[in-house]
Amino acid sequence: MEQELIEILEIKSEADIIEARVRAKAIAEALGFNYMDQTRIATAVSELARNACQYAGKGKMTIKPLNKQGKKGMEIVFEDHGPGIENLDRAMKGGYSTGGGLGMGLSGSKKLMDEFDIKTKSNEGTSITVRKWL
Amino acid sequence: MENVSIPILKSGNYLITSPQVALHDKLAVQFKKDILGRIVETKAEGLVLDISAIDVVDSFMVRQIGEIGTAASIMGTQVVVVGLRSTVAMTLVEMGFLLRGVQTARDLEKGLEVLQKTGRR
Repeated sequence: MEQELIEILEIKSEADIIEARVRAKAIAEALGFNYMDQTRIATAVSELARNACQYAGKGKMTIKPLNKQGKKGMEIVFEDHGPGIENLDRAMKGGYSTGGGLGMGLSGSKKLMDEFDIKTKSNEGTSITVRKWL
Repeated sequence: MENVSIPILKSGNYLITSPQVALHDKLAVQFKKDILGRIVETKAEGLVLDISAIDVVDSFMVRQIGEIGTAASIMGTQVVVVGLRSTVAMTLVEMGFLLRGVQTARDLEKGLEVLQKTGRR
């Protein structure tokens, strides 16, 4: 029962960012993603886990295998209860950062995944759902 | 994990370093400081940074590499990044990231050739 295999990881520190991408990569491999896609997924996870850790202090990653009418894939959700993203358009466009990175984490990870949904509310938090299909 | 230090070897006028563990953010920043410290200490003409063991290079790592290259070049030291995996290179291209401030070459040998050519000019 593949669908029951849901992996949850609390992201509280920088070390958890590495743990998040190691776990995501292992699950991607188990689901049959090739090495190129495993790298894309691990890189996107690295960006999004850091995003939660850096701006909200902590967050939660949930990985779920997908099976939609025979179409298989992987969904990863990042949730935090941080300040939210003030200017989402600007953050998604890239090149703007309040956290000392390249300001390309969100836009970059979107390009690596097949689907990217983001919900953010001021002072309530941010939830980002990404999916990759096999 | 906290007390890892990555060896930075000296050979002639060059420094060579090759991290073999995943670099979490603090370690990456420490590694950058260590490299720049070694450059000051050795007055090396060039540095080869081999990242063949690194399977994920994200925006944070790109920024650290860029800062190493830029700071080193201000001190007169050329930085060549070698050993990029094809999967890492593709991922960087797809995200639209450039490695600024550094040259790239296929492997350590080619990297040293690049430094030797630059040095002779």
